Amino acid sequence: MSDNNVLLRVDNLVKHFPIMRGIFQKQVGAVRAVDGVSFEVKRGETLGLVGESGCGKSTTGRAILQLYRPTSGSVNFDGVDLVKLKGEDLRKMRRKMQMIFQDPYASLNPRMSVGEIIREPLIVHNVATEADAEERVKQLLELVRLNPAFASRYPHEFSGGQRQRVGIARALALQPSFIVCDEPISALDVSIQAQVVNLLQELQDQFNLTYLFIAHDLSMVRHISDRVAVMYLGVVVELATRNELYNSPLHPYTQALLSAVPIPDPVAETTRKRTILVGDVPSPVNPPSGCRFRTRCPIAESVCAEERPEFREIKPGHFVACFFAERFL
Amino acid sequence: MTELLLDVQGLETSFKTAEGTVHAVNGVSFNLKEGETLGVVGESGCGKSVTMLSILGLIPSPPGKVHAGSAKFFDQDLMKMSRDEIRAIRGAQIGMVFQDPMTSLNPVLTVGRQLTEPLMLHLGMTKKQAEERAAELLEMVGIPNGKDRLSDFPHQFSGGMRQRVMIAMALSCSPQLLIADEPTTALDVTIQAQIMDLVKRLRNELGMAIIWITHDLGVVAGLAQRVIVMYGGFIIEEAQVNELFANPSHPYTIGLIGSLPRVDQGESKKLYSIEGLPPMLFDKPNHCPFAPRCKWVMERCWNENPVLETVAPEHRVACWADVKKERPR
Repeated sequence: MSDNNVLLRVDNLVKHFPIMRGIFQKQVGAVRAVDGVSFEVKRGETLGLVGESGCGKSTTGRAILQLYRPTSGSVNFDGVDLVKLKGEDLRKMRRKMQMIFQDPYASLNPRMSVGEIIREPLIVHNVATEADAEERVKQLLELVRLNPAFASRYPHEFSGGQRQRVGIARALALQPSFIVCDEPISALDVSIQAQVVNLLQELQDQFNLTYLFIAHDLSMVRHISDRVAVMYLGVVVELATRNELYNSPLHPYTQALLSAVPIPDPVAETTRKRTILVGDVPSPVNPPSGCRFRTRCPIAESVCAEERPEFREIKPGHFVACFFAERFL
Repeated sequence: MTELLLDVQGLETSFKTAEGTVHAVNGVSFNLKEGETLGVVGESGCGKSVTMLSILGLIPSPPGKVHAGSAKFFDQDLMKMSRDEIRAIRGAQIGMVFQDPMTSLNPVLTVGRQLTEPLMLHLGMTKKQAEERAAELLEMVGIPNGKDRLSDFPHQFSGGMRQRVMIAMALSCSPQLLIADEPTTALDVTIQAQIMDLVKRLRNELGMAIIWITHDLGVVAGLAQRVIVMYGGFIIEEAQVNELFANPSHPYTIGLIGSLPRVDQGESKKLYSIEGLPPMLFDKPNHCPFAPRCKWVMERCWNENPVLETVAPEHRVACWADVKKERPR
């Protein structure tokens, strides 16, 4: 199956982090951070990837960009399997895919000026001469609505929202087609979040960018995404177009997750029904057998402990990994 | 008419820093009735936490200083109390829960030891009585096998469980007032839903008043009866929760509510964004603190700082403009 519309196809992606013990560093187990994830991202779309802390959403993003080499599976980007690439070939591909990080305080080198930070990818990838790079940095700063005169300033002179703009300018420097946004707004104040999200959307329209938008804020993901994937304990449990997923969630976890999000409207809050999950997320070192969610699932039955539910297309474009999803159709 | 539990008048607090004096709280007045839940909303640095810490006598001095104000708790002024007098109230009549349960629990003492301490100190229980009560408290906040878990250390609990322990501790002496400072901000949404459900249940059972500090308007909508919005160290709007969300009247409140996408609404219009950055608070402003970011700013806003004025029953706003009618008040 080859679809020209698909920019990225992730197939059965697995990333385990080994746990070592003793002086001989023998492997005694593994954190199964990502355990068989498959999805596609179409050209020019935003795929939202949501889930709670520790569900493997950031690891998925990093494994796609080969910042973590996957344990198994394939990542097909623009017709090339990134997992098989290394060295110079991989470095060349990296131009086309960039990342925006969560913490704008930790992801910018405090000893480099903002101009140097944005220029670095251009120099590293040999795409611009010194003089051209200077000009390009100015353009990029203007693009993210920062004063080009700020190029000589250092990150500590900027607020969180402004630093995040610097991070976005750096990601755009090589004119990538795909950007992994890893919780780009969760460290920012509410009134600043809207500024950054609006900027990301404008840039997407302007350059036809494709985003993988990783976040735990389900309201913001609904706002920015075309399609949304929900992760739980290393697996994708549900994937659908935005309105389909939020209006008719079919996986019990998605239903509980959506009902837990507070709505800034006291009238709606008093009338809505909540599914409150019991207990905590189990450890990814020793995940439950069968369905990962069965230990907290309100409708679990014995089959859920024995078999892993297949991630299947229950309606066109709506995928779900639950034996009983038909009940909610 | 229920009695006033807490009456705060003209509170002013500042901090001396290397860069200058930060005027964190600049004349804040509010009150709280018995059994009422008050939401305090604002972004980082708006003075919401410092206000509560000032009332409780928990501002480290130096660098901090509470310059003016009174805080009547029943008939006693908390501001005029000696250290010992206020210590007898903190943890007994006023319980506190903070944002990060890992840093507010002592990692080297068992949970039992930390839970029994206030019981023995404030209520004069024997060790045995205190241990029995502590086990009951753990069960009350939904931690099964309370008795066995008393000998566990904080790191043996998950984040949500730790916050339950903090709530158990805050409620251990049956306080009339619970002050909760962003207690669910560090938690995942499904765990946040558990904690909010727990707080609502305990509020009904025990009848204490709650001050809930948060930046999340969704949480406030679901929990509070009355809301205070803070900006730049001032209260800029105050109203009953339904009134505030139905008729927000300060440009900042309007912007804040407008900048939030909703999980229950699909259409993807551009988010309203408040341009600019929150104030640095190095100078005590003699103009409206929001003037530099306000769309409706007038000349008067730069000359005089508006005071809270009643615009509707129990609805007070500090703004010279009648935003809805697009004219000065």
